[in-house]
Amino acid sequence: MNLRKYLLAAGAALALSVALSPAHAVSLRYANQGDLKSLDPYTLNETTANAHLGHVYEGLTSRGKDLKVGPGLAERWEVLDGAKRWRFHLRKGVKFHNGEDFTADDVIFSADRVRATGSNFQTRVPKGAKFTKIDSHTVEVELESPNPIMVAQWDTWYIMSKKWAEANNAVAPTPAAATTPSHSSLNTNGTGPFRIESHQPGVKTVFKANAAWWGKKEHNLTEIVFTPIPNDATRVAALLSGEVDVIEPVPVQDIARVNSSNTAKVLAGPELRTIFLGFDQIRDELLESNVKGKNPFKDVRVRQAFNMAIDKETIKARVMRGLSTPSALMIAPSLFTHSKDFTSPKFDPEAAKKLLADAGYPNGFEVGMDCPNDRYVNDGQICQAAVGMLARIGVKVNLNAQPKAQYFAKVLKSGGYKTSFYLLGWTPGTFDSHNVLFDIHGCRADGSPRGESNLGGYCNKKVDELADKILVESDPAKRDAMIKEAFQITTGEFGYVPLHQQALSWGVSSKVELSQRADNSVLLYWAKKN
Amino acid sequence: MPAPTPEEVKGLVGGGAGSPVIRKILDSDILHSFRSSKLTMVAAVIVLLCFLGALLAPWIAPFDPFDPAKVFLSDASIPPVWQQGGDSRFVIGTDDQGRDMFSAILYGLRVSLAVGGLGVLLAATIGITLGLVAGYMGGRIDAIIMRIADVQLTFPAILIALLIDGVAQGLFQGLPREQSAIPVLVISIGLSFWVQYARTIRGSTLVEKNKDYVHAARLVGLPAPVIMLRHVLPNVIGPVLVILTINLGLAVITEATLSFLGVGLPPTQPSLGTLISIGNKYLFSGDWWIVAFPGATLAILVLAVNLLGDWLRDALNPRLR
Amino acid sequence: MLAFVIRRIMQSAAVMLAVALIAFLMFRFVGDPVNQMVGVDTPQEEVARLRQSLGLNDPTIVQFGRFMWNALHFDFGVSYQFRQPVTRLLAERAPATLELAFTAAAFALVVGLVMGVYCALRRDSWLAQLFQAISLIGVSLPTFLIGILLIYLFAVVLGWLPSNGRGQVVKFGDWWTTGFLTASGLRALVLPAITLGLFQMTLIMRLVRAEMLEVMRTDYIKFAKARGLRTRSIHFGHALKNTLIPVITIAGLQLGSIIAFAIITETVFNWPGMGLLFLKAVQNVDIPIMAAYLMLIGLLFVLINLLVDLTYGLVDPRLRIAMRS
Repeated sequence: MNLRKYLLAAGAALALSVALSPAHAVSLRYANQGDLKSLDPYTLNETTANAHLGHVYEGLTSRGKDLKVGPGLAERWEVLDGAKRWRFHLRKGVKFHNGEDFTADDVIFSADRVRATGSNFQTRVPKGAKFTKIDSHTVEVELESPNPIMVAQWDTWYIMSKKWAEANNAVAPTPAAATTPSHSSLNTNGTGPFRIESHQPGVKTVFKANAAWWGKKEHNLTEIVFTPIPNDATRVAALLSGEVDVIEPVPVQDIARVNSSNTAKVLAGPELRTIFLGFDQIRDELLESNVKGKNPFKDVRVRQAFNMAIDKETIKARVMRGLSTPSALMIAPSLFTHSKDFTSPKFDPEAAKKLLADAGYPNGFEVGMDCPNDRYVNDGQICQAAVGMLARIGVKVNLNAQPKAQYFAKVLKSGGYKTSFYLLGWTPGTFDSHNVLFDIHGCRADGSPRGESNLGGYCNKKVDELADKILVESDPAKRDAMIKEAFQITTGEFGYVPLHQQALSWGVSSKVELSQRADNSVLLYWAKKN
Repeated sequence: MPAPTPEEVKGLVGGGAGSPVIRKILDSDILHSFRSSKLTMVAAVIVLLCFLGALLAPWIAPFDPFDPAKVFLSDASIPPVWQQGGDSRFVIGTDDQGRDMFSAILYGLRVSLAVGGLGVLLAATIGITLGLVAGYMGGRIDAIIMRIADVQLTFPAILIALLIDGVAQGLFQGLPREQSAIPVLVISIGLSFWVQYARTIRGSTLVEKNKDYVHAARLVGLPAPVIMLRHVLPNVIGPVLVILTINLGLAVITEATLSFLGVGLPPTQPSLGTLISIGNKYLFSGDWWIVAFPGATLAILVLAVNLLGDWLRDALNPRLR
Repeated sequence: MLAFVIRRIMQSAAVMLAVALIAFLMFRFVGDPVNQMVGVDTPQEEVARLRQSLGLNDPTIVQFGRFMWNALHFDFGVSYQFRQPVTRLLAERAPATLELAFTAAAFALVVGLVMGVYCALRRDSWLAQLFQAISLIGVSLPTFLIGILLIYLFAVVLGWLPSNGRGQVVKFGDWWTTGFLTASGLRALVLPAITLGLFQMTLIMRLVRAEMLEVMRTDYIKFAKARGLRTRSIHFGHALKNTLIPVITIAGLQLGSIIAFAIITETVFNWPGMGLLFLKAVQNVDIPIMAAYLMLIGLLFVLINLLVDLTYGLVDPRLRIAMRS
């Protein structure tokens, strides 16, 4: 093609693009700091990815703006035989984006696919659960043992089309480590209020409203254009100059500036993720310390001293600029009714020093600390602040603040829990205390998922027993009492240093109305743009 | 004028024709030109002040920003003393951790100049050695060295530093950045900037080795290393001074950029670059002093170093005056 | 002549091999790709299976052989993060980077040339001093700081130009997209191109100035003056013409480094190009992308150098003679 033809083609393309844009198209432009990598809904269990794909796919259940579980693709369900048998009545008249009907076959197919090798969502469906088709729109699930909270995470177990998957060689889930591109990681076919029109990972993803959606739409959008903007300053600038309508997150230090502009405001609120410090209390000698032959963190007085040396209020005021909720517990107050019965140990460096001296460390000791610096809100600064506060009780902390990729590779189970002292954040996926007690307080044991994210190896058999009882207890009052008992044990032993629940901070153009959910899922199907 | 060869053209970027520098410096002409240029004198004073401030930081800084026990989070983000909310203890304010900006800048200068200076010296050592050997030996050795130079030129400083950083992470797994950052940065800068020295030295050596005194030395039977170091080196070292000066500015910028990209010095031991990258986060939020003062310090330092380099190049190349 | 060309091509191939080896060896040691791809609760056997399926358990030499073989077929595997062929990811982003780099280079060349010529001819005027000062500031400020300042001034305070992205792009053929044809695309290009080109602009300006001063002192210019030719024709017909060859060479040689330095500019402006892709790959230990990007930059540099050397071989009689012997 010669140059003239190129120019002509360009002119024609330009004219077309102008002519084709509809007069009343409402396009919402949304920027997040992270990418949307795979479109396969079973690849990666991560809040941001789940929220993105939640526009396209739907689960049997849904969670509302207040996180309450409600009907989704299942209109209603019955819990039978003491939570050993569940019957789901599927919604009729629902169509996938390619026009196929949604039926019980799709649910059964999805239940197999989500448990298949390569899925990151295998825990969504209990081991050994048997799915049976009663009729085209009724499915029954039979469990090996009772599980009253089975559907707690089903709002993000997205239902896929059996026919579509089979026709496109996408029956197997795309593992996070797929070496060949799969159809389902680049294409979608859901039932949700939006469908994906184009997807260029790391650059741009365009969602178009699904006119044939079964639900009552609460948005007025024709399309959503998603762009990842990792740089904080650039993301804020893009919001302020009106290039994007919604950003997540707004760095806490820029909240005042965004609010003082007349083009955008910040939607803020407490998030459900708890940020905390953890100790290696299982090794006989710390990996990174000048204390040899023993592990100072095995002594409860040392852990108590650390708890008393950290000034959570100053971290809130200075590092988080007022946008955090200091926490006494390892779970957010809104997720556990008796949270207010717990208070943080008093900030008292002198008493902490005395505790250290009683434990045999009058001059403190040295310890290495692992910290991510691009994962949580101001995580690097929090760790730095902790280093200063611990220095004043004589503990010299050698901070290793690192990108999350290196951090997780070092401290997680797959890296051999190679840490002595660390900062981590945790949101219980079930929005329930059992997850906290099981995953980050449970005694680690080979071959069991219990305590898998308990990086420091805190262990108390009584807590494990309580956790098992809590799982099957269906009386809320009894259940909460047991949870309280468990947390009394863990806080009494100073197993962790809970710091705070960080703040949600979304930047929203003044043209946009949006409701914010406390799990930090940005769900734009509740957005209106004027 | 015939078109220059690619080698000559590439050499021009670093600039400067070669002639023995010691004699030149003693030449009163240079001192005269120095005194006659006010700008150069100002630049020299700035560079001197920066070096002094860096060297004497532990004695003249009011606070020790590297000691976490003496930094109080409750002092964080205090504006300069002339703004509302200022504190007389912190003349130009504090950063997000409560560190005194003035002290942090002095200590940051110390780190930046140490990293930049050591990096440039390493680069010069590698470059001069390889350039001498390549130019003097010629043949296959020359070809190999210059090909290596080509390969290395493929990767700009940023890429090399990212690579070396990655390798270092792999080799010293778990070693805190506080300990590994400085050596890693020095090596990165050293390996990024040596090619210029090698090319310049090689070019001059090619000319010098055909001169009578080298022939004479060879006839006397002196071994090659001795001829290279004692006889050739003093005659080709001149332009290196200019490149050293200019590269110091570049090295400091490279360090700052690496810190911006997250592979430089950690925030617990801030260099000027780290201070800027910390402050950069607060550029839009009104805490302008966290980025402005280290940024201005860096810009002025590099500017002064470059002015000195410019002057030095012109002074050593009398045809341009 | 043919022997010279063949020798240079062979040398270039050897350089590429070395680049490939370095790219491969270094990235073999960065982090652990498996940890990037598994969740917190992935079982150990799954991790081991992944390791096996990615070939990470094979001997290093086998892995390198596989790497080279695939690279020769433009196959750099599938990105760990995006699960798409790396070649396609790079191709999708190449237009963004190339358009930015060429715009930056053109800006650097034109503005640098004008400023350099002016500085050489009117050495002592205040404007020349100002240009000199600007050039010094250009090399003294880190690129990212210039970018942030430009965004702050022109995007946030004044609101004249966009701060990120490419604006609206028009699609050409299978994979080329251009921002040159829309108003928003052109507007989006301004700030990043200036940021990226500023350093090269100062370089070219200084080079042009130095070369012009040098040429102006040569005998034939003196002769031309003595012959009474018009100043304009001396300056632009003779002096500038002789200056242009090395300047254009430098500009060509710098193109590779402009593309590489786009990493920083693209990060600041969130420009969806190859540099941003590379930086993200480094942060996520996405080895296939990193390896491919390094090879690409290496190839670019080798080709530009080869081209420059061969061109010189054709035009420079001294080199032609050297080649024959």
